[in-house]
Order: sequence, then C-alpha cells, then structure tokens
Amino acid sequence: MSERLHIDRQHGQQLFRDMLRIRRFEAKCAELYQAQKIRGFLHLYDGEEAVAVGVMQALEAHDAVVATYRDHGHAIARGLAMGSLMAEMYGKVEGCSRGRGGSMHFFDRARRFYGGNAIVGGGLPLSIGIALADKELRPGAVTACFFGEGAAGEGEFHESMNLAELWELPVIFVCENNLYAMGMPLELAEAETDIFRKAQAYRMPSEKVDGMNPVAVEAASLRAVERARSGKGPSFLECRTYRFRAHSMFDAQLYRTKEEIALWKERDPVPRMQAWLEENHMLSAEELKRIEDQVDVEIDAAVAFAEAGQWEKVEDLERFVLMDEVPE
Amino acid sequence: MNSPVAKPVRMSYREACRQAIRDALTNDPRTFLMGEDVGLYGGCYAVTKGLLDEFGPSRIRDTPLAESAFVGAGIGAAVAGMRPIVEIMTCNFSLLALDQILNNATSIAHMSGGQFAVPLVIRMATGAGRQLAAQHSHSLEGWYAHIPGLKVLAPGTVEDARHMLGSALADPNPVLIFEHIVLYNAEDELDPAVASVDIGSAKIRRPGRDVSVLTYGNSLPKALAAAETLAKEGIEAEVVDLRVLRPLDNATIFESVTRTRRCIIVDEGWKSGSISAEIAARLSEDLFFELDGPIRRICSREVPIPYSRHMEEAALPQTSAIIETARILVGSR
Repeated sequence: MSERLHIDRQHGQQLFRDMLRIRRFEAKCAELYQAQKIRGFLHLYDGEEAVAVGVMQALEAHDAVVATYRDHGHAIARGLAMGSLMAEMYGKVEGCSRGRGGSMHFFDRARRFYGGNAIVGGGLPLSIGIALADKELRPGAVTACFFGEGAAGEGEFHESMNLAELWELPVIFVCENNLYAMGMPLELAEAETDIFRKAQAYRMPSEKVDGMNPVAVEAASLRAVERARSGKGPSFLECRTYRFRAHSMFDAQLYRTKEEIALWKERDPVPRMQAWLEENHMLSAEELKRIEDQVDVEIDAAVAFAEAGQWEKVEDLERFVLMDEVPE
Repeated sequence: MNSPVAKPVRMSYREACRQAIRDALTNDPRTFLMGEDVGLYGGCYAVTKGLLDEFGPSRIRDTPLAESAFVGAGIGAAVAGMRPIVEIMTCNFSLLALDQILNNATSIAHMSGGQFAVPLVIRMATGAGRQLAAQHSHSLEGWYAHIPGLKVLAPGTVEDARHMLGSALADPNPVLIFEHIVLYNAEDELDPAVASVDIGSAKIRRPGRDVSVLTYGNSLPKALAAAETLAKEGIEAEVVDLRVLRPLDNATIFESVTRTRRCIIVDEGWKSGSISAEIAARLSEDLFFELDGPIRRICSREVPIPYSRHMEEAALPQTSAIIETARILVGSR
C-alpha cells in the first residue's frame, strides 16, 4: 500500500481488522434500521474507514477526538465499546450517551471522545477550546478534529483555522472530503475545491492524503501529531475519500452516478488492505478467518447487549439539563 | 448585615465588574478571560482596563472578530477542565455565536448523558439608553431565558455586578451574565461584609403592600424611582429585582404577588414572547385567584431601538409609565 511507513504483520492486520469491524458494524446497523430497531437519522461510514482507522493509530489515550454525525467509524477506531454504541442507537440507557444522543452523538469521557457533532462545522470551535485547555492542563495532548468538506463552507471553519494557527494549538484537523455535502457536489459548493489550500491561507501545514489508504492516513497523521505534540501547532489533512452508501437512510442518491460509485469501489480500502496483506504474506487464510469470526462475534455480542439493555426511566428526562457538579 | 468595622466602599458598576474578574483570575488558575478587545483596548465598555498588564496575554486573551469560534473555544475549554470567562461586546453580537451557545453549551451535558459539564461564563453588554441604535441596543436576555441548560443573570445593582461572576464560575453549568450598558456608570455603596451572592433567587429591593413591580437590569432603578414617587401619594409599591431570569425564582415572585395581589412587570425586552410574558403566564396559571386586578406589563416598544434620543426614550420602559400604571391598578381596588 504505502512505502512511507513500515507496516509489520501485526500492525497491518490491526488496520485491516479495525476497518472490517467498522464495515461489518455498519452493515449490521443498516439491517437493524430496516428492522426498525434503530431509528432517527443514520449515517454510515462505509468507504471512509481508512480515515478514522489511520488517524487513530497516531493518537494516545490522553489525546482528544471531536467527531461528526457520521461518527460510528471514529468511535469504533477510538476504542469505544461496540455494545455501548449499539445500545445507544437502540436508545437504551446502557448506550454511550444513555440513549440521549443516538447515532449522531456518541460520547465517551474515558476515551476523551467529545461527541459526534451534528452541526456541520460546529465541532471545530470546540476542538480549539479543548486544545487550549490541554495546553494548560495536559501538555503534549493533541486533539483530532474530524469534519467533512462541507464544513469548509461554514464561517466557523475559517474562524477556527485562524485561531488554531494564531495560537499554535495542538490540533490536527482531519477533513474527510467525500466529495458531497449531503447531495451538494464539491465543485458546485466551493470556488477552491482543494480544501487543504484553505488551511494554507492560514499558514497551516496541510496536505492532501489518499483517504482510501489507511497507511497513508496513518503516516500523515503521525507527522501532524508529532508537530502538535512538540508545540509547533496545528496541521491540516485533507483526506480524499468516498461514501459508498447513501448520505443517510433517506437518500435516493440523485446527485451521483452508479458509474462513479463503482469507480470508487475499486479503491475500497477493506478488500485492498486484505489483498495487500495477502500478497505480502502477512495474512494467512486461517488468520483471515479468525479475524472475520472475531469481528462477527463482537458484533453479535454488541447487538445482544443492546437488546438486553434497559430504557432510561422517564423520571430522569430532565436529569443533566443542569449539572449538579462538574464530573471529574 | 453591615460589619461594625469595615467601611462601605463606594464603587461603580463597571469597577465592580472589573474587580469581580480580577478576583476570579486571582483565585483560580483555570480561569481566563477571552473576547474582543478585552486586552490592549481595555474592553469596549472599559471593564477590563488594566487587566492585561496584571495577568498577561494568556489569561486576558484578545480574540479576532470570530464570535462563534471564541465562544465555542470557551465551551471546549470548559468541557476539558478550564473555567473560562468569555466576553461578547454586546448581546447583539452574541447571535453570531448562537449555534455554539444553543447546540453545544446547553446540549453537551444532556446529550452525553451527563458525562460532560460546561462550566463556562459568558458576559455580555445588553440594553439601550446610550443612543447606540438598533445593532447595539437590544435586550436579548429574555430570548436566552428560553433555553434549558442555561442560567441567565441580569445584575441590576453594584453588589450583584461585584459578586455574581464568582457564583457563576462556581456553577457547573453555562451561565450568561447580561451587564446593562447604562448601569456601568452607576455607583453605590458596597458592603465589604458581603463576599458572595446567590444566583438562584429574586430579591425584594423595596418592600411594599399595594403592588408588586417585578423587574431587572436597568429597569430596576426606574422602578425604585417610581416607587419613591408613588409612596408620596400613599401607594406602597414593592420592587422585586428578578436578578436571575433562568431559572426564575417562582417562590419569591409568587410570595410577593400573593401579598400585594397586584402585579406590574417591567422588562426592557420586546413584549411579544418575552420574559415578562413568561412571568405573566406563570402568575395566571398558579395565582389566578389571588389577583385583584389584571397583570400589567411595561416593555420596550416593538421596534428596532432607534438612535435619536427622544425616540429611544419613547421606545423604552420609563419611570413615568410605571407610576401611571401603578396608579390605575391600585386605584381600581
């Protein structure tokens, strides 16, 4: 896949396994949506797995993540328990947000996962503040802030780019450029379609990354994280990727062609990573089988966990509107 | 309340705000102030003058004109362990940060199932009376009081200007403080024995038996002046300073109105959909049979606040209107 980072057998398999976990988790979510176990808006991450998985390789436990409403991949790659994610989408109290957030709003304090944010661009200012606090309270910690290319149209994007560079904050901005903001094609939305150039205008180191290749994303993320950790400020990664499924479960996909989708599917990161590992004798048939079985077991367990979950007491409806104390 | 030794200090509302910020920065290393022109310029209304020299640029942090980003940054910093104070020049500009205030500051705690709190204080100037015209003169605190998850404070006295900030920073929730631009020059004696104030209750600033005047902010001195005049005519108006617009202190409001059986609400916001409308609705829901007359409201006229002095005055609640309304209401007994 990439020559820029040495990938050993174990690490290569881990990248593949995490992408497969996301891919099969999403397939299960789609199935459960049809079965009406999951309701509301559901945005699946198929096709973009290499981005979340690649970025998370560069992060440590004390780092922070700000995600988008298409947050399943970020959450799984960050290590949130699949059961807590599935329970969240079932609306159960065992969910990672007690069933208050659903698919778009996964949170996890222990993993410093500051939410799937469903206001496009709304997570960027948040990441500025988290990085500002970390500079004081957790020196060396880095915030990875994910957003789509649609966010580049928002004022908050530009305000945040400026502040991050001006104040030399430890943030890595990860633009998941999947070419469509819902149904709005990039070239109809942006005068400058190379999003990374917008970061350059703020004097921020930025690069365009093959978002279909987890190794390329990991390598770029390591460079960006290293800069941030050593106090050199933010970086910007424009990861070119593609969403294989519809925007949400209510989308006739009138804005793109089957041919285009097919073309991108040739670059599907999951089978490509599998093929690359096999060609390099880093994944045997037995190992593949074991990984697939483990993933299926994990997903089945997550569904069982969600099924067995409880509904939050209605009496708790107003709980946490106002907090009694700041959780430590 | 007065300590026998410590002498009262005369202080302006502006100086009280400044000392409150100074105290907060001195007492907690997690606290910093961030906003437009808070540092080099000394604050749009000169509240933060001198603080940059004393605390340095990382704790008195000048920001570019980017309300959404620096309010959002305040939210992120609060969620990640700091105790920031964000200043927005005027509440009209806060609309540029409304997304962050509503969709993040007030949503994160509930939406995350209580995993995160947002202990953030946002100070902003509010109100009219200095001929600043429509884009610098509005009173939007009533709007913000609509939003669950926020606490909304409106200091109407020098004491509250001095002490509300400390209590707001100690609160685990996002708190908005609306400082009235006309009050910055107001002066009062400050009791040195008072070290803090609560941010949960309304206060009776002048007791009276005939009519309750419920108000806040810069309408408070107007209500007190009206009560003074009315007293000479034998009408004893009770002036209740709401202080906290969210959550409203129903107990103090209901107790006062139950005693006087008449109520006037004075609110610098527009009447339609205002905090005065909310209070009137609560009174009619819960105190309907205690009332001897209709609830009256004196609010800003429903116009963008104009520049010209006589027009601006005509748009705002005035002392004379409170006096006339009280006369009619009490005279009808």
